[in-house]
Amino acid sequence: MSSGVTKSQILSLYKQLMRESQKFPNYNFRSYALRRVRDAFKEAKNVTDPKLAVKEFNYAKENLDIIKRQVLIGEMYRTEKLVIENVR
Amino acid sequence: MFSLSKNMFPILFKNYPRKVSLKDYISVLTLECQKLYSNKVDEKFALNHEDFGRPLYFDAQATTPVDPRVLDAMLPYLVSYHGNPHSRTHAYGWESESAVEKAREQVAQLIGADPKEIIFTSGATESNNISIKGVARFYAPRKKHIVTTQIEHKCVLDSCRALEGEGFKVTYLPVEQNGIIKLNELENALTPETSLVSIMTINNEIGVKQPIADIGAICKSKKVFFHTDAAQAVGKIPIDVNKMNIDLMSISGHKVYGPKGIGALYIRRRPRVRIEPIQSGGGQERGMRSGTVPTPLAVGLGAACEIADREMAYDHAWMEKLSQRFLDKINSKLSHVIRNGDPKESYPGCVNLSFAFVEGESLLMALKDVALSSGSACTSASLEPSYVLRAIGTDEDLAHSSIRFGLGRFTTVEEVDYTAEKTIRHVERLREMSPLWEMVQEGVDIKTIQWSQH
Repeated sequence: MSSGVTKSQILSLYKQLMRESQKFPNYNFRSYALRRVRDAFKEAKNVTDPKLAVKEFNYAKENLDIIKRQVLIGEMYRTEKLVIENVR
Repeated sequence: MFSLSKNMFPILFKNYPRKVSLKDYISVLTLECQKLYSNKVDEKFALNHEDFGRPLYFDAQATTPVDPRVLDAMLPYLVSYHGNPHSRTHAYGWESESAVEKAREQVAQLIGADPKEIIFTSGATESNNISIKGVARFYAPRKKHIVTTQIEHKCVLDSCRALEGEGFKVTYLPVEQNGIIKLNELENALTPETSLVSIMTINNEIGVKQPIADIGAICKSKKVFFHTDAAQAVGKIPIDVNKMNIDLMSISGHKVYGPKGIGALYIRRRPRVRIEPIQSGGGQERGMRSGTVPTPLAVGLGAACEIADREMAYDHAWMEKLSQRFLDKINSKLSHVIRNGDPKESYPGCVNLSFAFVEGESLLMALKDVALSSGSACTSASLEPSYVLRAIGTDEDLAHSSIRFGLGRFTTVEEVDYTAEKTIRHVERLREMSPLWEMVQEGVDIKTIQWSQH
């Protein structure tokens, strides 16, 4: 990922995505978001094409905005916790 | 009683040495006795729900939650852009129209079709009705025969039943023990009179995958239109309408993490498939399905299809991992568990299990921490065993003890572990109560018993 996006930019975006995903009030959405973000960054680790890297970076940024909005909506319509969340 | 009092004495003497009066002694004895007795029963048979909270969702074949990304795409069309997509005279109409057309492209992209071949409907039920009744009625003057299978969804079978009332002939193909049709039986069923073959891609109850590409090839060679109900398959397994020679295909929104109330119908243009529309009206959707297209829902379906296209391999790997983990756990602890449907040629997210010597309904009641179903949602109100299980030759008793575990994109490993553990515990508990299970443990073959009639 030479030109286009720097390593620190990617790291910062990853941290932001994980932090925001953690805020999903819905257990299933939260678990999925965390798992998906982690796996997507792991998968994209070997991307060398700068054009593709920028594309992936922008896709991640779009998703960060989606997560931020959806977390807000989820907070507005909270439900009772799942049985599995009360076990632990 | 003797063994009970024998167990009582050490407890009593430890806690209440010598000084205890006779009156106290008796009251303590009865109290401890009750406690001991009830504990013993508790462990074995009692239903104690110590957990609280909303149940886990394990019914992904009935419906799936709306993906937050899908909702995010829909919201602008619920909040800001309310135009009628068919209004050609102003900007409100144009913006809605372009959104609907983009959604059409997204749906087409997922199945390898041309956007012009996609029409929006209210769901897979409507798509199935339009395909079956529409094609049959249009070609009725020359062809009056339809071929389908015994394990189709209710709406396909019911449409066929309706056509039988109109004088059509319908062949209901049987399936083998594993739930898959025999291709030579299909070939033999086709006559020059046949206008349509309708076979579902993935069964909603047992998750069996039919050999769609082979069926498509047979239908093409015999010049019969091929319709497939792919509500359970779209977005989950790769589908290409051209490679598989599919002429009509039903798609549902709420099975691909999209909204409820929208679906799509793929209908081939070359060679052209003609249908008689069911709904009369303004002639939207190329006259095949009149009625205003619901822009937010169509946008939602489009977004869901795009996400499914992108995530298909990832989701499928997750399904395989979860279902394997679930089956391993169940099989490591329980015997006499039968998986309904072919173990290989099926969608891993649908696991239909029969727990022998356990009544399915009581297991469902016991597993109230998990949202499960014994079959399709349409028939979940009745206690009758499903016609799908009967079609694959499941014994009456096993059909009564079947449960479908539906895994989805948002199911977690912890949920699978929790469900497996609960299932094992309750199956063991219920079997413990069953006299039949006791007899099996003693080596009696249940099938050889002559039950006396009263």
